[in-house]
This record gives sequence, structure tokens and C-alpha cells, in this order.
Amino acid sequence: MNMRIVLHIWRQRNRAAQGRMVRYELPNVSEHMSFLEMLDVLNEELTRKGEDPVAFEHDCREGICGCCGFMVNGVPHGPQRGTTVCQLHMRHFRDGDELWLEPFRAAAFPVVKDLMVDRSSLDRIIAAGGYVSVNTGSAVEGNALPVIKQCSDMAMDAASCIGCGACVASCPNASASLFTSAKISHLALLPQGQAERDRRAIRMVARMLEEGFGYCTNTGECEAVCPKGITLDNIARMNRDFLKAAITYREETAASAAG
Amino acid sequence: MSTLVAGGRNRTAILYESVIGKKIIMAVTGFVLCGFVAGHTVGNLQLFAGPEKLNHYAELLQSLGGALWAIRGFLLLCAGLHIAMAVQLTKLKWEARPAAYVKKASIASSYAARTMIWSGPVIGAFLVYHILHFTTGQAHPEFVKGDVYRNVVTGFQNPAAALFYMIANILLAIHLYHGVWSMFQSLGVAHPRYTPLLKTAARTYGYVIGVGNVSMPLAVLAGLVK
Repeated sequence: MNMRIVLHIWRQRNRAAQGRMVRYELPNVSEHMSFLEMLDVLNEELTRKGEDPVAFEHDCREGICGCCGFMVNGVPHGPQRGTTVCQLHMRHFRDGDELWLEPFRAAAFPVVKDLMVDRSSLDRIIAAGGYVSVNTGSAVEGNALPVIKQCSDMAMDAASCIGCGACVASCPNASASLFTSAKISHLALLPQGQAERDRRAIRMVARMLEEGFGYCTNTGECEAVCPKGITLDNIARMNRDFLKAAITYREETAASAAG
Repeated sequence: MSTLVAGGRNRTAILYESVIGKKIIMAVTGFVLCGFVAGHTVGNLQLFAGPEKLNHYAELLQSLGGALWAIRGFLLLCAGLHIAMAVQLTKLKWEARPAAYVKKASIASSYAARTMIWSGPVIGAFLVYHILHFTTGQAHPEFVKGDVYRNVVTGFQNPAAALFYMIANILLAIHLYHGVWSMFQSLGVAHPRYTPLLKTAARTYGYVIGVGNVSMPLAVLAGLVK
């Protein structure tokens, strides 16, 4: 079945420009299209007319890369729970629906163009401590390091965060707590992450603030819109880790650093 | 690694300057304040037990002397820190999203959670009025020092005052509805098995405090307590 969809899309030429909502009408949208395919159709139409196509970020289109994401009627990635906007299909909408598309809004996510924002602030949070330092070489034997099954499951759940930024976008405080806590958790739950656990929590939490993200008020909006089902338990773990680290960390001295 | 952890700053500074540290201060001071609220509500409900009981309770508190002032000072410090953190964090929140959404839906958050920063200042203003009304008497036209029962009854017979008490205490209940669970989460207390129970207990606490506190002005207005 084909349907008529009315789109109100945020158009903004560049970071400095003033943006505004522009209305587009698509008379013939197939229910089998993905949301992004619908925008592809719109863009072909705009290109044919010599207008500037709508910029939106996308890559894998199978919900695992974290590139796509914008607001559909005030919800990141749209109305379908646990689904990125690239995996959202038009069959979830009805003939005649009006949809408002906006970029993720946060001081730490400057708009590049239209629906596309610069999320490198999330990368810098990871760079601040979301890693383990190991000497490279041949891979160690798989069973050399026992890991409790429940912990590996929880670590895998946390590691499924694709860094799309929907949590930030939906948060009334534009906080990156869900993202950061997922990146802290997937290492904190595994033996390999223990050596740098305190330092990681302190540095990544400090980086969130430096990047201009807000703070967590435990509203739960992030958890509800996360396409990967990351839970608030991770934020509690981050809070625990940070509190413990702030109390018990030991400064590295010149002598220990030399070793 | 040649860099110092967190640049070698002291622990208090790391906590205080971080968003999580500020939320921890918010949680701990909130915990103290909601403990006070529980005691204060239970103590005041002796209004329903008659003038003797309530006035005797008031005398008992007054007889604490220095300890009473120490408790007051501590509560004031907690309230001050709670407010200071709220102001700092709210400023941060506004800076974190300078451009508002044209359309924004709230799909999981409670009304209470989204309005903490609005219920808070009303409760703060109410606190000042409440002290001027029943403790020091400046805001009470018929204040009789020492006769707490009489002061409460004559105070609440003014419908405007009673209404403000009821509104402020409903907002307090809303504040507690989100805040009491939220403080545990901020301190990192979470477990899939216990979090739902904790949430229910926290919300119940909000309801109980709300009903208890609203019942007093309501009872006086209805003429049940004279």
C-alpha cells in the first residue's frame, strides 16, 4: 500500500546558519520503504528540481554502525522501540501522517547540516579513558582468563552501545551519561578493565563535562529511546565507580610512571 | 604514563567539580532533608491528638536547647548545599542544550522528574514562609508564642494560608516521588531485583508525606480540628 506522508524537515545550511522547518509532501510512499529510503526518494526529487538535498548521516543501514539518527516527532530514531531510524520502516506510519524531523540537539552536538550533527565529542569521551592498555602480540589462549558468564553477558549488553547519541538527544539535560556509562561498564565488568578502572571513571566523567554535556537527573528518557537497550543500571555503575575512584585512587608518581 | 591521575587535584575537588559529585551532594543532602521531613510530619500529626499532646511535643523540642540549634544548623547547611547544587546543575543543563527542539516528546520520564527544578524553589519559598508563620510568628497575625496548637488552628483558618500549605506540600510530595528513588541511583545503588521495589517504596513515601501534610490544613479548614 502506498501512502501520503507530510514531512517538516529542519533545514540548516551550516553550523553558523539560522535553521528553519521546511514542509515537503511525499504523495507516494511505499510501506516497504525504510525511513531513510523515503528520504532518498525525497532527495532524488529535490536534486531533479535543482534544490539542495536533505543532509542526513547514514552508513550500514542495518542498525549497527551508529551513524544514523535524528528526531522523528520529538523522539530519537522515531516511534519504534529498540530500532535505529535506518531500520524503521514506513509500515509503522499511516497514510496522511505528518512527521517532524529535527537533528539531535545539544551544545556538544553542533549541527553540520540539516539533520546531520557532529558527534565527535562522544569519541573524545572514549579517548579520555574508554580503552584498556595492553601489549600487543599474539592473542592469548581463550580460556586463560576466566570470566563469569553473567559478567560477560552484562559486558556484552553494555558493549552493544553504537554511540548514536540518541540518549543525549532525548535527555532533558542533554547528558551523555548513558553513553559514557555503557563505555565504562563494558570494561569495568571484565578482568581486563580492572587495572585502569579508577582512572577511566574519573577521566571519562570529567570529559563529559568538558565537552559541554549536561548531567543525569535519572528521568529514564535515554533508556527508553536507546536502540540497543542500554539500561540505567549502567549509569548507577558509573556513579559507583566514580565515587569509589574519587575516594580511593592513587596518584601516579614520577617513579611509578617510569616503570 | 607520565600524567597524574586527574591532574593531581585533591579528592574533594574531583568530587565537587564533577557532575556526578554534585549529584552525590544533592543525593546525600536530599537524604538528610527527607529524613527530617518524615520526622517533622510524624511529629506534627500529633495535631490530631489534641492541644496538650502537640504543645508538649513542642516543649520537648525546645528543651533540647543547644542540640536543637545544632540540628537546625545542620539542616540549613544541607538545604543550602541542595539548593546550591540545583542552581549550578540547572545552569549547566541550560548551557548543554542552547537550541530547543521544535517538537520534543517525553516518553519515559515522570512529570515529577521533569519538574524538580520548579517544585524545588516553591518548596524553598514555602519553607521560609512556614518558619515565619509557625516558628517565629512574623507572618502569623494571631501568633501566641508557645501555644503551637492554637497557632496552627488559627493559622489554617485563613483559607489563603491553608491553600498555600496544601499546594506546597503536594509539590513536596511530587518532589519526593522522583527524588527519593533518584538519590539512590545517583549514589550508584541499583540492582534489577531491588530497584523496582525501591522505586515503589520511594513513591509510596512521597504519597504518605503528601497525604499527611495536606491532611492538617484540610482538617482545620473543614472544621474537624478546632
